Amino acid sequence: MRAFEYVSPNSRAQAVSLLGAAWGNTEILAGGTDLLALMKDDVITPKRLVNIKEIKDLHGVSSSAQGLRIGALTTLGDLADYADVRAHYPALAEAVMEVASPQIRNMATIGGNLCQRPRCWYFRNGLGLLPKDESGKELVADGENRYHAILGNEGPAKFVSPSTIVPILIAYGSKIRLEGPRGKRELPLEKFFVIPKTESDREHDLRPNEIVTEVVIPPVPDVKAAHYEIRQKEAFDWPLAVAAVALKMNGSNARSARVVMGYVAPVPWASAEAEQALTGQPVNEATGQRAAEAALKNAKPLNHNAYKVQLARVAVKRAILRAASGGAA
Amino acid sequence: MRNDDPNPKDSKDQPDSSGVSRRDFLKISGISVAVPLVASPRMVMAAGEEVPVHGPGKVPMGFTINGKNYKASLEPRVTLLDALRDQFELTGAKRVCDRAECGACTVLMDDKPVYACSALAIEAQHKAITTVEALTQDGKLHPVQQSFVEDDASQCGFCTPGFVVACKAFLDKHPRPSAEDVRRGLSGNLCRCGTYHGIQRVIAQMAEKGA
Ligand SMILES: Cc1cc2nc3c(=O)[nH]c(=O)nc-3n(C[C@H](O)[C@H](O)[C@H](O)COP(=O)(O)OP(=O)(O)OC[C@H]3O[C@@H](n4cnc5c(N)ncnc54)[C@H](O)[C@@H]3O)c2cc1C
Ligand code: FES
Ligand code: FES
Repeated sequence: MRAFEYVSPNSRAQAVSLLGAAWGNTEILAGGTDLLALMKDDVITPKRLVNIKEIKDLHGVSSSAQGLRIGALTTLGDLADYADVRAHYPALAEAVMEVASPQIRNMATIGGNLCQRPRCWYFRNGLGLLPKDESGKELVADGENRYHAILGNEGPAKFVSPSTIVPILIAYGSKIRLEGPRGKRELPLEKFFVIPKTESDREHDLRPNEIVTEVVIPPVPDVKAAHYEIRQKEAFDWPLAVAAVALKMNGSNARSARVVMGYVAPVPWASAEAEQALTGQPVNEATGQRAAEAALKNAKPLNHNAYKVQLARVAVKRAILRAASGGAA
Repeated sequence: MRNDDPNPKDSKDQPDSSGVSRRDFLKISGISVAVPLVASPRMVMAAGEEVPVHGPGKVPMGFTINGKNYKASLEPRVTLLDALRDQFELTGAKRVCDRAECGACTVLMDDKPVYACSALAIEAQHKAITTVEALTQDGKLHPVQQSFVEDDASQCGFCTPGFVVACKAFLDKHPRPSAEDVRRGLSGNLCRCGTYHGIQRVIAQMAEKGA
């Protein structure tokens, strides 16, 4: 790892002013489980790390009429242990428990999970988010792309969005709050993820001197939700496909539905097609299958990842049936 | 290096009246020195307050490891694992992947298992660190260690210290685990020799004993 200077501000305002206005020279350090690996591999080479863990008001979880507020520094381990999370958002607790290993969950924070960088092996080898060779030819389309995107991959971005918690957070209707030199802003979580078009873009709607301060999940008293992952190894690995579903029911029919996939596109992929296929319908094997087909209708696999289309279909269908039968846990 | 004095305010590093510090002079004249230069933190203004910026050179640090105090001067880029192994001769935690992917470096931080390779030493300063060395008391193995011996849970032994620490932390949290708890709760440690069955026997034996 290259040498850097280290600073531990104790307020958000201090942190914001210690961060650079352009990417490259400064990085935020939270749990470090992703950041330090990127630095050891010279993928990023910041001159200064701003450790935000001393900022007290970024820690902790609280419930109110507005829902559940999760401070950016809440570790994944603590999040899964909160009684309110287990009781009211069991599909989230389950998704969090599937992440990596106990050691990582004790270190990794929710803010870092949302801001973690893609696992694309070209990116991790220092070739950038939109890897090209010297002649400008894109590397992924003709390269080793078995874990890459099958949706939203028409442009140069072919990596997949790496968080397995984000799909269920989006399905629950969560919002993200940020703070920067121009003050605070809040946006629906799905809007935080963007498909980069040039190498200088990031995959998040995050400015270099902005910090994620919290995630807010609305109350979901009438929602049935579930999360389903397909993994090569059961634990301590990244999955091949993820689906999260939140249903509002009217008797046995779905009044409305949210269907969000992970590991299929450069952003978490909400499927309007699957949502339409379920709305107003009874939720059963047949409609689940139809919604899953709809979700992957526009998939355009690369030359080594056609298998992911079927895996994603199965994940969507199983998440729908799980949600309808009472949800996770 | 235990309890040595890092001498943070090295008077030799203060600027003289010419405004050129000894360190600047060394840089200017291109002389390299073997003695570590330890600078006091640089203060910068952030949101109307002075905040200390440490490094990139060596920074005086203090740690609580296995209940004892340790001091060293380290660069901010030094990981907790490298500090334990290279500075304090606590070589139980192993460096295998150095990327949060194998568990060989598992230590307890405030009683929770973490990967020492993926934390910076500088941020571990105010935490209680426990390494595998602390489990053996007065030459007597901890019951988990004893069970590793009896249940043949170790082959080449390279993953063993990390696994022992992870098993101890797991049993403290789940004294009566189900098979599923064991598979999930110990998923953060890999063994190249495939001693997993022996480790499952360790957990079963310890759970039976009510440890
Ligand atoms: C072996 C392994 C398996 C894994 N499996 C999974 C998995 O199955 N599912 C999954 O979701 N993840 C998985 N992960 C990734 C893991 O969840 C992330 O590394 C972790 O959540 C990152 O959080 P952190 O606090 O350690 O972030 P850091 O490493 O500290 O930071 C990560 C990035 O986010 C930025 N950042 C951190 N906090 C903030 C903030 N508040 N505001 C703005 N920017 C911020 C940092 O600057 C950095 O760019 C795995 C990781 C490993 C090593
Ligand atoms: S050396 Fe730390 S997890 Fe492998
Ligand atoms: S005993 Fe050899 S790696 Fe586990």
